[in-house]
Amino acid sequence: MARSKRFELLAQREVNKDSFIHEWPEVGLVNMESPFDPKPSLVVEKGIVKEMDGKKRKDFDIIDYFIIHHCLDLKQAQKGMEMDSLRIARKVLDIDISRKGVIKIFSGLTPAKILEVVKHLDTVEMMMALRKMRARKTPANQAHVTNRRENPVLLAADAAEAALRGFAEEETTVAVPRSAAMNALAVLVGSQTGRGGVLTQCAVEEALNLKLGMLGLTTYSETLSVYGTESTFKDGDDTPWSKAFLASAYASRGTKIRFSSGTGSEVLMGNSEGRSMLYLEIRCLMCIKGAGSQGVQNGSISCIALPLSLPGGGRTVLAENLIATLLDLEVASGNDAMSSHSDMRKTAKLMTQFLPGTDFITSGYSSMPRRDNLFGGGNFDSEDYDDYLILQRDFLVNGGIVPVEEEDVIRIRKKAAKAIQALFKELGFPPITDEEIEVAVTVHWSQDMPERNRVEDLKASERILKENITGLDVARALSKLGYQDIAERILEIQKQRVAGDHLQTSAIFDADFHVLSAINDPNDYQGPGTGYRLAGEIRRRLTDIPQAKDPRQIATRFLTEEPEMLIEEIGEAVIGTDKNEVVIGLGPAFGTVLVETIIGLPHAEVLKEVLRGIEEERVTARLIKIYETSDCAFIGHKAAQLSGSGIALGIQSKGTTVIHQKDLSPLNNLELLSQASNLTIETYRAIGRNAARYVKGEPPFPVPTVIDNMARLKYIVKTTLMHMKETEQVDPNKSPQEVRVKFP
Amino acid sequence: MKEKKFDPRRDYPLASQRPDLVKTVSGLDFSEISLENVSSGKIPPNEIRISPETLEYQARIAEAHGRFQLATNFRRAAELTRVPDEEVLKIYNALRPHQATKEDLIAIAKDIEKKYKAKINARFIREAIKVYERRDLLKKEQRVGENHGTIQTI
Repeated sequence: MARSKRFELLAQREVNKDSFIHEWPEVGLVNMESPFDPKPSLVVEKGIVKEMDGKKRKDFDIIDYFIIHHCLDLKQAQKGMEMDSLRIARKVLDIDISRKGVIKIFSGLTPAKILEVVKHLDTVEMMMALRKMRARKTPANQAHVTNRRENPVLLAADAAEAALRGFAEEETTVAVPRSAAMNALAVLVGSQTGRGGVLTQCAVEEALNLKLGMLGLTTYSETLSVYGTESTFKDGDDTPWSKAFLASAYASRGTKIRFSSGTGSEVLMGNSEGRSMLYLEIRCLMCIKGAGSQGVQNGSISCIALPLSLPGGGRTVLAENLIATLLDLEVASGNDAMSSHSDMRKTAKLMTQFLPGTDFITSGYSSMPRRDNLFGGGNFDSEDYDDYLILQRDFLVNGGIVPVEEEDVIRIRKKAAKAIQALFKELGFPPITDEEIEVAVTVHWSQDMPERNRVEDLKASERILKENITGLDVARALSKLGYQDIAERILEIQKQRVAGDHLQTSAIFDADFHVLSAINDPNDYQGPGTGYRLAGEIRRRLTDIPQAKDPRQIATRFLTEEPEMLIEEIGEAVIGTDKNEVVIGLGPAFGTVLVETIIGLPHAEVLKEVLRGIEEERVTARLIKIYETSDCAFIGHKAAQLSGSGIALGIQSKGTTVIHQKDLSPLNNLELLSQASNLTIETYRAIGRNAARYVKGEPPFPVPTVIDNMARLKYIVKTTLMHMKETEQVDPNKSPQEVRVKFP
Repeated sequence: MKEKKFDPRRDYPLASQRPDLVKTVSGLDFSEISLENVSSGKIPPNEIRISPETLEYQARIAEAHGRFQLATNFRRAAELTRVPDEEVLKIYNALRPHQATKEDLIAIAKDIEKKYKAKINARFIREAIKVYERRDLLKKEQRVGENHGTIQTI
């Protein structure tokens, strides 16, 4: 078979490195539309559930029992289960029905019923629903902060930067479990240096995780995973009861928790029981609610490539996030693990959470380069910051990250690095050198950090656990060392753990430690004009990116003291009699108000080259200035009416040039070089020559131009501004003037 | 002066609305937690812990906003504030699949009920026993050498 070059190129595209498979429902390789998913049912006799979703009581597994005992509201169930699923789906989107009203209905639905309802919604409807149903009104974001070498100085600096960039939560983890305490400490100090009130965690196994919380080195945890089938739950070495107990254990120590689940884990672990991935995720979410968790991170998380390999993957993952909110849970909506090789595909997927807004748009935005991400990658990383910020600006959406100035980032990184240096000294930990600090402030990734003694660092990390070094100790030490502001914030974190306000649904802190949660900042979206609107100070901050310039300050070089060209008007231009002339019509601002073309070619040089080209063909040139119009075609057309030969050149100040002929209609022409940004100084000479050749009736030479498809993109703002200046000089009552030009 | 009544619909956040109600486990006032008192050693490192009373307030706030499961979690947590760290971890481990016999779990439930007045947790464990028994999640007697390591999920 002959190979199409286009197909060959398509085959090499990044998106084609992703895996794609057809559905195979029998083994659970299906997103949400499986013929093997149970039909909704609920039989209750004397307050005892006899059957749920087609399964008899004697066949209930641990998940069924847990859902019935702890999640399903039997008082609501009768009404909810009888209601038509399509009707419920419409209620979800009905702006006249409040979030609270929807949640009430869902509190009485079985997993299969919830699935049936959600299946009625398409992707855009799910986005609309998420907008209404997320718990907290103000969206936020979470950062991942790790590095391959587990360098504590770099961790502190990165944590400080992430905090400055506006992340409400920061999650770190370990390469080796022994470094957990030190990593938690570095991120605690760093984050509070960047901004007070950032919640932090260190993802490690539960016992150690709990201990870090008890010491006050972390404030939240999201390691509590659940699964949608009994055997997978057992493989995860837990039960809904053990996880629920653990949730209470964390709360009893003032640590915020959210559970973790997501489509794909069951089939990946070989135990899907032939159910669709979303059906199993609904069972997870109902266990999570039943366990008394305030929230969940889901959206497939680490298995993301699996739902995305099947039809409807993006919609299914969005459905997961939505169902979490329908169950009144806080949702940190994935977008953390690598989802595709293709930037286009990754971004499109992100938009489904980014545009409606969730409690945490990502459950871990890699605040450092992907290579330093110990969570196995990072779907979006420090190199994508500006893309993300500009997307926020484009759609006027708060995605939880704020623009920052480079100098502020450098300052805050240095402060965090110095604080951790002083703290290490105070605690008798392995010293941090000034050189390490210097590198950590500006470095891109950990490989470029000076080598540290890992063995000694690990020993220090173990000392934290052995000697029970607490958040309070850290605050005290930093205060003694003169880092009063950081000390105050770390103390405030400890204080908040006593009040427990952050244990409520969707809680985060602002920079002044005011808690913001579903209780005091509830999402009240009920259609246009309600809910979260980007306005005021935050709108100003999100749109004020450092790349944006003041358009009043962009223009071009203006006329200077020592002009490169003097243009002198010598009287009203008349129709020429010389059959051997080219009339050059100059734009109203040319060489006077504006002195160079859009790419900075001096008008004097442009004109010299054009004149040289005409002269080479032994044709004479006459210069006139047009005031009635700033439009290139009309400048050329007007000049042509005055030309003895009928041939003229029209040159706009930004450099656009046309060869015109008097009998042509204004918008027609002999030659148009419309992209001024692609015209070089040589081009102008060639244009001059061609104009002259038209006069002589000789065939023109092709004018060599550079092809740049991005030209319009790059120069559109400048074009607008230059044209604005040119148009300001237009005087409809001033006829064309003959001019004399001197090049001093 | 009569103490102001707690209103779960209005008194959140406790830290700013009702700091008067917030006390640490050993009864220290919220306002007393300051860098000064920490630095002077007036507050020992282990002192700053949430109290069962505060968790009960949070439970009532959750309940008033329709979050019954979250409230129950806070109430279990309130009881667990009295249980030492090591023991909490021991109970958690016992609740994992095949880690404890029926008798072990019955004993734990009885123990925490008696020692720490952890009634809700005890009831919760007893409920687990019933389900574990039905679903074969209890440890069989005399099965030596079994090792259930934690399987790291991807």
